[in-house]
Amino acid sequence: MKSVRDHVKEYISENFLMGLKDAAITDDASFLDLGIIDSTGVIELIAFLEESYGIRVDDAEMVPENLDSLDAIDRFIARKTFARASSMTA
Amino acid sequence: MELAQKENGVSLLAIDYDLAIDDISRQFKETVVRFRRRGAVVAVSGGVDSAVCCALAVRALGPQRVLALLLPERESSGASERLARELVEMLGVPYERKDITDTLEALGCYDRRDSAIRSVVPEYGHGWRNKLVIAGGLSGQFNHFYLIVVGPDGRRVEQRLGLKEYLEIVAATNFKQRTRKNVEYFHADRLNYVVVGTPNKLEYDQGFFVKNGDGAADIKPIAHLYKTQVYGLARHMGLPHDIIESTPTSDTYSLPQEQEDFYFALPYPQLDIALAFLEAGRNTTELAAALDIDELSARRIYADIAAKRRTTRYLHEAPVLIKG
Repeated sequence: MKSVRDHVKEYISENFLMGLKDAAITDDASFLDLGIIDSTGVIELIAFLEESYGIRVDDAEMVPENLDSLDAIDRFIARKTFARASSMTA
Repeated sequence: MELAQKENGVSLLAIDYDLAIDDISRQFKETVVRFRRRGAVVAVSGGVDSAVCCALAVRALGPQRVLALLLPERESSGASERLARELVEMLGVPYERKDITDTLEALGCYDRRDSAIRSVVPEYGHGWRNKLVIAGGLSGQFNHFYLIVVGPDGRRVEQRLGLKEYLEIVAATNFKQRTRKNVEYFHADRLNYVVVGTPNKLEYDQGFFVKNGDGAADIKPIAHLYKTQVYGLARHMGLPHDIIESTPTSDTYSLPQEQEDFYFALPYPQLDIALAFLEAGRNTTELAAALDIDELSARRIYADIAAKRRTTRYLHEAPVLIKG
């Protein structure tokens, strides 16, 4: 199974960059600083994350700290899926 | 010199209105001559921006070389049209009125938009009204959009929009601005006139316009002026009181909608100051002091301005030519 980082990187490479410039996407690189994603792209990215990982991204979670790099998304998805698993077993 | 805005001793928005009028009028006339046109078409909405543009066109060219257009559709506010009529009658310019509802219906503007709304709110239908509202920027979140609809019984539904629905609704409503521009260029072509674009500096800088819609024009005489300055010009030129006192609206959605609801993060007086501070190289501490807000909020305002510039950069781009 692909890691979250690889899965998201592949999505961004294919959908936002159409195969160009993906070497620039290091794990900690800011998507905003790289100019890859704007606010429209973020909404698209959120839809991808919600569908791929079965989560719901709340308004308060739509912040750069959660979504602006592969590392940030990896941590965010880990927290969200852990929270979901905890609520299901509770 | 009349001050357009003075905040905490800062007068970054102060201009000499007489000089501004002379300067714009001169450049306006020079542009028309350089383009070898004989006059100017201005669509007047009843708002202050188009009112000032129309008045400036009259100053530059005289009323008989200006054609004003009133282009309502079925969701336009009746008050807007009344204000537009008051303006053109005061300025003494010839005008034509064309209701664009039939054209918008034929293009599917209302149907496509309503279908997209129904995919989010299935009960939406006849008698319901709608608007989009922006959220996020001042909370440090990425900007995102909410759909607000109100039923005939007053029931209100608010729903965050996914990208597909958001884009579909915006694309459909953009028919309004693009259809108006079609009519403007029809008259410009038949009269050999230029078309006047009416964005102020906030709208132009922050990308609050429709590409090839209200963004299309031959001259944009107030795109360098902050909204505060546009209001100051309107007062200085003695334009109708009700236009000067009206709240800026998009007049695009059927629910009453102030521009700051839909697009801008702040009311225009504060956003004018923020943009002027940013352009003058003032830091967030200075902005916070000027607006009497905390520094985190000031940082978020600057970040939001930057985000909107980034998102809308392509709207300003001319078509790209392939290098041979």
